[in-house]
Amino acid sequence: MSWSTLGPVAVLFGAVFTNNILLTNFLGMCSFLAISKEVKSAVGLGAAVVFVMTMVNAIEWPVYYYVLVPLNLTYLGFIVYIIIIAAAVQLVEMIVERVSEPLYQALGIFLPLITVNCAVFGAVLFMIIRKYTFLASVAYGLGGGVGWMLAIVAMAGIRAKMAKAKVPRGLEGPGIALIITGIMALAFMGFSGMMRAS
Amino acid sequence: MSDTVARAAPARPRSKAHAAFFDNLGKNNPVFVQILGICSTLAVTNVVANTVVMCLGLIWATAMSNLSVSILRKWIPPRVRMIVETLIIAVWVIIVDIALRAWLPDISRQLGPYVGLIITNCIVMGRTEAYGLANPPGLSFIDGVSAGLGYSFVLLMIAVVRELMGSGTLLGLRVLGKWWTPWSIMVMAPSAFFLLAIVIWVVRGKIMKEEKK
Repeated sequence: MSWSTLGPVAVLFGAVFTNNILLTNFLGMCSFLAISKEVKSAVGLGAAVVFVMTMVNAIEWPVYYYVLVPLNLTYLGFIVYIIIIAAAVQLVEMIVERVSEPLYQALGIFLPLITVNCAVFGAVLFMIIRKYTFLASVAYGLGGGVGWMLAIVAMAGIRAKMAKAKVPRGLEGPGIALIITGIMALAFMGFSGMMRAS
Repeated sequence: MSDTVARAAPARPRSKAHAAFFDNLGKNNPVFVQILGICSTLAVTNVVANTVVMCLGLIWATAMSNLSVSILRKWIPPRVRMIVETLIIAVWVIIVDIALRAWLPDISRQLGPYVGLIITNCIVMGRTEAYGLANPPGLSFIDGVSAGLGYSFVLLMIAVVRELMGSGTLLGLRVLGKWWTPWSIMVMAPSAFFLLAIVIWVVRGKIMKEEKK
């Protein structure tokens, strides 16, 4: 499969549906299981992830290709990515706090969580391993974020409906959440016929 | 003097080390109780060999970062401790990545980004935060190893089932004969979710039964 030849639109679509970062790559599971109890907070966290992921991918691409590669420092990549993600999240938090109080109220508590969200870091690593072009990288960040948000909001909706359902005691909480996620992943596999990247 | 110390000491330190080691395998197992850190490793459980390599990397990263954080704990300013911990973890994970690329290039290519993702694995961070920051280096190292082991144990169970049923092999060797029709679902993503849920169900059910008694 050659990922680098895909156009940005295909990458965007693929990241949302066929290669959903949560349902096929298992990234961002921790916050997914912890925050998916209410639709409202799921939307907040999801929006924050979309925002940060797009931004971070747009920043990391030039950093990797114009700084790390020419200086032969690619082995330091992990540290650089992490620092950039932490800094970007911090920056976003400060800007949001200044610009809009209600938005900060809605997103604020979720932003620090994103630094350790594997999905953001994973998106950066995938973007580099698959050798995407700049536009495709941004599209991948956006698509990955939207896909993640889609999954967590759907999950929160299902869990809200499930609240009154009777579940075997050992399965309560994370157990049943994982089974629902599995069924969602099965459903999303249906999209894979729509894209053939081979 | 040294005699009395030696005689008096074992009771507590050993039991502490013992607790640090065994709690993480059983009732404090990070996967069952906290459902943490499944992100980076669940994805590679469709092949046992990859899972083993990944788990070794994770044990190494957890143990070494727990040890280093514990050694440095008096000098890490509390306000910036998260980023310091993350950087320490990143250093150990980079070592894993370089080692894999040099010695096991094939597996390294198959694991792709997941080795790097050990950095954001909540277990590594969680152990340094919860244990390494408050305990002496020796105990922290043991805690790191056992947290890694407890986690690996669960993932290996899942990996064995997935590879056995998904391709009829174990570690690449054919175990089930020609009569076995591979369940292709087992090598795809959804099965990992289902299997993990089943493991959690069984273990939690057991824990609940014990608590009732």
